Amino acid sequence: MQEFVRLTAAAVPLPYANIDTDQLIPARFMSRPRSQGYGDFLLHDRRKEAGFQLDDPAYRGAAIAVARRNFGGGSSREAAVYALVDAGIRCVIAPSFGDIFAANAANNGLLAARVTEDAAEDLLARLLASPSEVTVDLQSCLIDGHTQFEVEPVARIKLLRGWEDIDLTLSHADAIAAFTRADGERRPWAVPVTRAF
Amino acid sequence: MRATLFDKLWDQHVVTSREDGLDLLWIDRHFLHEGSHHAFAKLAARNMKPARPDLSFAVADHYVPTRHRAEGIADATIKRMVDQLSTNTATNGIRLFGMNDPRQGIVHVLGPEQGLTLPGLSIVCGDSHTSTHGAFGALAFGIGASDVAHVLMTQTLWQKRPKRMRLTVNVHLAPGIAAKDLALAVIARIGADGAQGCALEFAGSAIRALSMEGRLTLCNMGVEAGARSALVAPDAVTLAYVTGRPFAPTGEALERAATAWARLISDDDAVFDREVTMNASEIAPIVTWGISPEDALPVTAALPDPTREANAGKAAHIIAALDYMGLRAGQPVSEIMVDRVFIGSCTNSRIEDLRAAAAVLAGRKSRVPGLVSPGSSLVKQQAEQEGLNQIFTEAGLEWADSGCSMCVAMNGDGLAPGERCASTTNRNFKGRQGVGSRTHLMSPAMVAAAAVMGHLADVRPLLEGRV
Ligand code: SF4
Repeated sequence: MQEFVRLTAAAVPLPYANIDTDQLIPARFMSRPRSQGYGDFLLHDRRKEAGFQLDDPAYRGAAIAVARRNFGGGSSREAAVYALVDAGIRCVIAPSFGDIFAANAANNGLLAARVTEDAAEDLLARLLASPSEVTVDLQSCLIDGHTQFEVEPVARIKLLRGWEDIDLTLSHADAIAAFTRADGERRPWAVPVTRAF
Repeated sequence: MRATLFDKLWDQHVVTSREDGLDLLWIDRHFLHEGSHHAFAKLAARNMKPARPDLSFAVADHYVPTRHRAEGIADATIKRMVDQLSTNTATNGIRLFGMNDPRQGIVHVLGPEQGLTLPGLSIVCGDSHTSTHGAFGALAFGIGASDVAHVLMTQTLWQKRPKRMRLTVNVHLAPGIAAKDLALAVIARIGADGAQGCALEFAGSAIRALSMEGRLTLCNMGVEAGARSALVAPDAVTLAYVTGRPFAPTGEALERAATAWARLISDDDAVFDREVTMNASEIAPIVTWGISPEDALPVTAALPDPTREANAGKAAHIIAALDYMGLRAGQPVSEIMVDRVFIGSCTNSRIEDLRAAAAVLAGRKSRVPGLVSPGSSLVKQQAEQEGLNQIFTEAGLEWADSGCSMCVAMNGDGLAPGERCASTTNRNFKGRQGVGSRTHLMSPAMVAAAAVMGHLADVRPLLEGRV
C-alpha cells in the first residue's frame, strides 16, 4: 500500500451532502475484477449531470476532493474507494464520513480528512470561485498550513507507514491460538452445530 | 459494573491490544456473498487458505434471479458472479447456501433463520447491513473487501472500540405502526450520520415489545443512521426465537449459553457517550421523499420548502432531492403517485412483514404492478402454507423467489429511469433501484397501502376492522 505523508495537488469541489457509495460506484459495475481499473466508474451516473464538477476541465488532474457531510455513507463496497483511488484521488475532505468507507479508505492509502462544516464550506467556496491547489499534511493534520483536520489515529498511522494489517496479525498467531483454547472452555456454545449439514 | 452491553460483547472478543488503541477481535461468524470476489482474489494473491473455514458461511443472494430459476441464469455476467461464489467457496472449503438450496435466502435473513446468528457472537460480513444481526445482542458490523480477506486469513480483525450511543424508545408503537416507521423516525431525528462512529443500542419499553422480526428491521436500519453496529439486549423473545434453529446449540450447551446471554445487558449505571430518548406513541406512518433515508416525513405531512431552510447545505440538499425525485416543495406527501411497489430486502421480507402487507392487500387490487420477494426460500415456503402468496397474486402482484432483487438491482430486477417505487427496502439513494430510479422507503403495510391507492397513503384507515 502506498504511504501518505504530504500532498499538494489540484482539488475538485463536490458541493453535495450524502454522496453515498451507491453514487461513488453504481452497483452494476462491481462485478468486474479490480485489475481492470475502477476509475471510469467513479460517480458514473452523476457525471452526466450538467455542471458536475468532476469532469470540469478547470479541475482536471485533481487528487483531492472536497465534499459536504456524510461522504461515503451506505454500502460497505470497497469498490467505492477503488473508484476514487483508480481515478487518482488520494484524499477526500468532508465534515463526516461513513464509518466503513473510512476504514476501507485507510486500507487503500486514501486519506479521509474530517473538517468542520465551516471549514468545508470555506474550501468549497474558494475552489468553486477559483480552481487551485490544496496542500494536505498528515504529519501536522493541517490543510494549507492552517486548517486543522481530524483522522482516526489508527488510520493516520496506517497511511503514514503504508501498512497492511495482515502481516502484523500473522505475528500474533500464538495469542490467537491461546484465545481460541480459552474461549472453547468459556463459550462452548459459540461454535456452530454441525449436525445441520 | 458500569459496563454497556456493547462493552461486554467487545471485551469477550479481544484477543490482544495494540499500543495505538486497536484491539484484535475474534470473529465467531463470517458471512460471504457473491460480492466477496474481491476478497477471495486477495486470498489467492497471497496464496493463502482460510484459517477457519468452518466459521464462514456463504450465500448466493445479491445477484440471483428471482424468476425462472429452474431454467438457470441467462445473463452471462450474473451467472459468472453466482458461479464464482460456488468455485471460491468450494476451493476454500466454505459452506455455501447456493441458489437452489432450499435454505437459500438473503444473508441477513438466513443467518438468524438457521441459528447461525446467536446472542453474544461477533459477526461480520462484507455488507453494511450486517448491523441487522445485532438484534440478537450480537456484536455485528459490516466490513470492506480488505477486511473480509483479513478475516478469511486470520478469523480476526483489528478494530477501534467505537463510541456507545443509546436510543431509548418509551411507551408503545400505536396500532398499524411498524418497526420500519420507528427506524425512519429515528433517522429523521438524528440524521443519516447521527450515529456515525457509534455502536447504537436500542432500549426501552417499545423495543422490548418488538418481535424478533421487528428488532431485525430496526437494527438493519441502524446503519442508515450511520451506526457501526446496532444492538438490542437479548431476552426471552430472543431465546425463544433461537431455540430449535438448525445451527443453534441444544441441551446443556444451550443452557450454558442462555445463562451467558442473560448477562448481556447494559448495567443500570452504564455510561453512554450519547443518549437520545423518544416517545413511540407519537410516531405516525413514515415515508421517505428524497434521496437519503433521513429525508423522512409522516405520510400526513407536506414536503419541505428549501426557501425556508436557513442552512445553505441543507437547502441545497432539499433542492437536489426534490429535483431528482420529480417533486415540488410544499406538496402533500399523500399526493405522490407511484408506478410500482416492491416488498422484500433484508429489512422487510420476513414472514411477519409479508403478513402485514397481506393484511392490507387481502381482497383488494393493486393499482400498480409490483414484486414480492420473500427473504428466504423458507419464508417463501411458510408464506405459501399460509396462503399469503395467493393474496399477493390475486391483488395483481408478482410472487417471486428470494434474493436481494430490487433492493440493489444487481440481478436484473429494477426500475426504469424516472420510475417511482414504494419500497420496503433500506436505501433511497440516487440510482439504487436502477439508473434514474426514484425510491420511497416505508413499512410493508404502507407499501401495500400505496399499491391499493396508487399513491403514498396512510395505511391506518385501510386497516380498520382488519387488525
Ligand atoms: S437486501 Fe439489499 S441491503 Fe440487504 S443485503 Fe441485499 S442488497 Fe444489501
